[in-house]
Amino acid sequence: MLSDISIGQFFPGNSLIHRIDPRVKLVLVFAYILLIFIPDNWVGLAVAILLLGVCIGLSRIPPGLFIKGLKPVIPLLVFTSIINIFYVEGQVLLSFWVLKITLEGIFTALFISIRILCLIAAGSLLTYTTSPTTLTDALERVLSPLKVLRISVHEIAMMMTIALRFIPTLIEETDKIMSAQKARGADMESGNLLQRVRALIPVLVPLFISSFRRAYELATAMECRCYHGGEGRTRMKQLHMVMRDYIALGVMAAFVGLLILSNVFVSPTI
Amino acid sequence: MNMISVDSLRFRYEEGEEQPDSTVVLDGVDLTVPRGQFIALLGHNGCGKSTLAKHFNALLLPLGGAVLIKGVSTADEDKRYDIRSTVGMVLQNPDNQLVSTIVEEDVAFGPENLGVDPAEIRKRVDAALKAVGMYEYRGHAAHKLSGGQKQRVAIAGVLAMQPECIVLDEPTAMLDPRGRKEVIDTICRLNREEGITIVLITHYMEEAVLADRVVVMENGKIVMDGTPHEVFSKVDMLRELELDVPQPTELCYALRQVGIDLPNNVLTIDECVEALSALL
Repeated sequence: MLSDISIGQFFPGNSLIHRIDPRVKLVLVFAYILLIFIPDNWVGLAVAILLLGVCIGLSRIPPGLFIKGLKPVIPLLVFTSIINIFYVEGQVLLSFWVLKITLEGIFTALFISIRILCLIAAGSLLTYTTSPTTLTDALERVLSPLKVLRISVHEIAMMMTIALRFIPTLIEETDKIMSAQKARGADMESGNLLQRVRALIPVLVPLFISSFRRAYELATAMECRCYHGGEGRTRMKQLHMVMRDYIALGVMAAFVGLLILSNVFVSPTI
Repeated sequence: MNMISVDSLRFRYEEGEEQPDSTVVLDGVDLTVPRGQFIALLGHNGCGKSTLAKHFNALLLPLGGAVLIKGVSTADEDKRYDIRSTVGMVLQNPDNQLVSTIVEEDVAFGPENLGVDPAEIRKRVDAALKAVGMYEYRGHAAHKLSGGQKQRVAIAGVLAMQPECIVLDEPTAMLDPRGRKEVIDTICRLNREEGITIVLITHYMEEAVLADRVVVMENGKIVMDGTPHEVFSKVDMLRELELDVPQPTELCYALRQVGIDLPNNVLTIDECVEALSALL
């Protein structure tokens, strides 16, 4: 059950997508996630899907993994689709009682669903091809201008690094505590929702306590290794933009151009 | 110059004001550790040995007396990071001292904090990982390693700061016998080959036997101090302090009790075999 959690999952590799500068990747994926909401016609959407498809292909990561990552959003898709199908006004296709299905509603539902799927897949592409530490490192550097606004970018990035580092450790510990409670007769798999939630309390309490102990020990260990915040800190891995990063930026610029053109010249579907 | 010199050190934790006496953890400790020595610190739980260790790298500061690292007082705030990079520290739980997900990035954490040049960090990380025999694992995820491997990565993380002394606070307590051997072999090699001063806190007497010097603590004081042969020959006294003695020593002690003429300074299995065969 707990092994299903795939936050920050990373599949090491040496593909073109893996090697793109993490800062560039981060910015591009973020841009893509925003841009996916621009096209209002099939041509633009097709271009967006094609771009994502090519990137997934280049990453050499089995497409099955992306499909697995999309599964949890299905309930959300179903929910938004139903809302859209019934509530968007337009040419009525079917109607019974107070409900009516419109052609526009179906299109809107499809568009929204495809956009959400692309968004999740793009996010997965980023985490699948970038190691968590590289990602937080990139985040620290991309957000560093915010230091002017007195936002502690380094501390946020350090917290993310540590959180990612401890996810597997805490999952392992949760499993251990659950086994220990089960061995003493705790029942976690039956009963209604309320009973199950209540059964989790004896798991969460020891987990919390041990997390605080871990945090304390980790702080000691970090102090032993001369940690004193981001000031005067250097990094072993320096990031340098190379040709492929500029090409990636160029591809993205071309993509933006295509989307705008399609919006201007193709008649909108929604 | 001595690596560490502790002069009538007194310390107690803040809490428990209503019982001032019971919280005294260190009660006048005097200790000098010469450069390059391998010293084992023994004592049962709560005797103050971990508290003493935390004074060696300025995690705790003395309330009375002084702790000097290469002649510099740990109370000197400007020298704190120098002291922490000179005296590295490895803690008990390997899971709670690795900061990064990837082995080599974790090892780089110390030098990064010290502001070392990136190219130099790379060199130090590779050298440190080679020194503990974990170089092949540099790209691995830290949480997937075995306990002994994690602890060796932790040692590499300290080595990358190029320390002259490493304090290890029960580094083998949570490991299986194989992991324990890996870690102890690494420690011994660093002491012998790199000349790094080692302070090892342990509950395992077979580890203490490997040291140049054994120091036993009780109630915040040092009660025994000598070579392993000297300390472990006083079996009765160790028993009183609720400490074990190495198995061969215990066997010879028991045999001596029933009137068999055996030396009282047997530590290792080899010495025991020799002593017994001399008798036959």
